[in-house]
Amino acid sequence: MLKIENLHAEIDGKKILNGLSLEVNAGEIHAIMGPNGAGKSTLAYVLGGRPGYEVTEGSVTFDGQDLLDLAPHERASAGMFLGFQYPVEIPGVSNVQFLREALNSQRKYRGEEPLSGGEFLKLAKEKAGLLKLDMEMLKRNVNVGFSGGEKKRAEMVQMGILDPQFAVLDETDSGLDIDALRTVGEGINSIMRTPEKSVLLITHYQRLLDYVKPDKVHVLAKGRIVTSGGPELALQLENEGYETVAA
Amino acid sequence: MADTANYPTRKAEEWRYSDVDALQTLDLAAINDWRSVTVAAGETYREFFHLDKTDDVELHRLRVQVGDGARCELFAVNAGSQLGRVEVEVTLGKGAHFEFGGVTLGGEQTTREFVTRTIHAEPEATSNQTIRAVHWGRGVGNFLGRIDVARHAQKTDAAQDFKGLLLERGAAANAVPQLEIFADDVKCAHGATVGQLDEQARFYMAARGLSPEESRKLLVRAFLADAFAALDDEDKQGELLDQALSAVGEKL
Ligand SMILES: Nc1ncnc2c1ncn2[C@@H]1O[C@H](COP(=O)(O)OP(=O)(O)O)[C@@H](O)[C@H]1O
Ligand SMILES: [Mg+2]
Repeated sequence: MLKIENLHAEIDGKKILNGLSLEVNAGEIHAIMGPNGAGKSTLAYVLGGRPGYEVTEGSVTFDGQDLLDLAPHERASAGMFLGFQYPVEIPGVSNVQFLREALNSQRKYRGEEPLSGGEFLKLAKEKAGLLKLDMEMLKRNVNVGFSGGEKKRAEMVQMGILDPQFAVLDETDSGLDIDALRTVGEGINSIMRTPEKSVLLITHYQRLLDYVKPDKVHVLAKGRIVTSGGPELALQLENEGYETVAA
Repeated sequence: MADTANYPTRKAEEWRYSDVDALQTLDLAAINDWRSVTVAAGETYREFFHLDKTDDVELHRLRVQVGDGARCELFAVNAGSQLGRVEVEVTLGKGAHFEFGGVTLGGEQTTREFVTRTIHAEPEATSNQTIRAVHWGRGVGNFLGRIDVARHAQKTDAAQDFKGLLLERGAAANAVPQLEIFADDVKCAHGATVGQLDEQARFYMAARGLSPEESRKLLVRAFLADAFAALDDEDKQGELLDQALSAVGEKL
């Protein structure tokens, strides 16, 4: 589903990714772990097409298309979801308005009929329920005044509504208490654990992986994948630290 | 704002950022044409302005006398002509209220402006002005808001809030508050900021599937909405916002 080959990327002329390669097949969940500053968020942003992140070498193929050739909103419509480490606040725009426009815009891109207001609200209620987020929160402005944990749960509600093929989740577990962690973990499983979908789960800690079992675990350090393995690698990292494992 | 025997020049404070050249297409009588409105004590007067012509100048000059305990509410979408200008002089009686919500929009080399003079002539009157300016190309948006508080007009509460949003380099927004306060028990709040679209928000919106045009539209609408928030008619609010947004349209 997603094939990254020899990816090099820089920000403001500073090299961040140095020859990163990775392949995620349909139905798989891969975890990416790594120390602070390794380039994990940079990878997420490059996949999302954030302005200012320049790919200098390599390729990314998504569902047979050249992902890097698509504008950010086209990547979303093609089925790529980016869960933000720091979700952005948008004053004056409600979640409901934002997500309905986003969903219908994606549907239009794919040649599908738009959802009516009623249909959308039904869908939004269902996904908010799944993530135990009060529907009232969705009537408020996007992420404005949300706590760290609420922002992360709202990200997952967005994912549920948009129903992507592929999700890159950047530290969705940070800022969550233990109950919220379980809710978010179960949410990810229920939305994305299907034979057609895949997830790239960027995380710092092993604890989310107790709820979302990865098929593969990769260690990213200094802009490339330095080790890959099964779920046991995450445990080893937790016990021994990155220095030993990534050395 | 007395009658002028000559065409206004930029030397006059209230024409400082205006396109005075465009005025030459009007005759002096038209420039000196002020309309008068009197709002009786306790009554409410509400008027909407929609400037959307394509000619040289659209000029509205209005003098309102607001009686004791009366309200004057003006809402304006200023998005037309080479020079679109709404100029209002409001004199407030005891406990009266003046509400002004206006948006200016424009690109190319246009100038769109609001010039208000709010005279708190008696005690306990309140005024609230919210202006939003969205410009692109070499478009200019101006708000000149003068507030006069008479010596005995205690407990005056006057607020002005201006925000400019520049969609392209080369556009400009100017806010000039001018306070002439002769009473001592007075609240006058004014704020003015000018900025650009939030690029972080735009990438976030793109990551959810909104095209650059769609995210700009949502953000501009949210930005403009403050100007009409005080209007107690949601349908009319929506109508004014649609009028405003159609001016941004596909021009970018
Ligand atoms: N906007 C930026 N400009 C310059 N350097 C940046 C920018 N964003 C991140 N970096 C640098 O890129 C490196 C990788 O950052 P990031 O991808 O956020 O790491 P991680 O998510 O793994 O903690 C860090 O050294 C960071 O300082
Ligand atoms: Mg990060």
